[in-house]
Amino acid sequence: MIRIQREDFDVGAELAALTKDNPKIGGLAVFVGLVRDVAGDQPAGQKVRAISLEHYPGMTEKKLAEIEAEAQKRWPLEATLIIHRIGELEPADRIVLVAAASSHRDAAFEACRFLIDWLKTKAPFWKMEDKAGAQVWVESRDSDDLAAARWNTKRG
Amino acid sequence: MKILYFAWIKTKIGIANEDVDPPATVTDVASLIAWLKTRGSGFADALKDPRVVRVAVNQEYVKTNHPLRAGDEIALFPPVTGG
Repeated sequence: MIRIQREDFDVGAELAALTKDNPKIGGLAVFVGLVRDVAGDQPAGQKVRAISLEHYPGMTEKKLAEIEAEAQKRWPLEATLIIHRIGELEPADRIVLVAAASSHRDAAFEACRFLIDWLKTKAPFWKMEDKAGAQVWVESRDSDDLAAARWNTKRG
Repeated sequence: MKILYFAWIKTKIGIANEDVDPPATVTDVASLIAWLKTRGSGFADALKDPRVVRVAVNQEYVKTNHPLRAGDEIALFPPVTGG
């Protein structure tokens, strides 16, 4: 399941709904991404006051659906969930939730990691940081590309 | 054809989207980008480094040799930074 929304989400309620009435699920792995107040590659002291998330409506949904379908092809999953927020967010706010449920933990852990790694390099979202009044688009990170590339050869 | 711009490419060009009627020399993504760069300093600046320009045609990632047709929706944007 995929959702793109401005409003916050309740992690507990989302996970309860995801696994409800499916006793075949024995493991549920979850990643929640939050807004940091310090930009990753910036010198200390440049606090992030807020971020703004932009996306490409239509293509975002399409890419997330492809990523979810790919995870379901690679691992025996009972349920998956991707929620990504857009708009204005502040430090400590939740940005993204990715969850994968399976009979056993290995598939759940691996699929969860796969979902967020591919999301970060393929889904058309962009972050802009507000640092002391200056608005700066966040640059992509090579480490994200490397994390996603691992899954090109490794099969679940 | 319709072109959409996102993130700092949009900021530098100054518009989020436009309908264009390019000359006949524009047959693929590479020739479209070459033509766009002639349309002003904002375009030239935004599109100067091909390593940081991603292209989607009809909401699928493509390479610059991808052919274009009338009615295509083309999006130009920097590497994504969600999650």
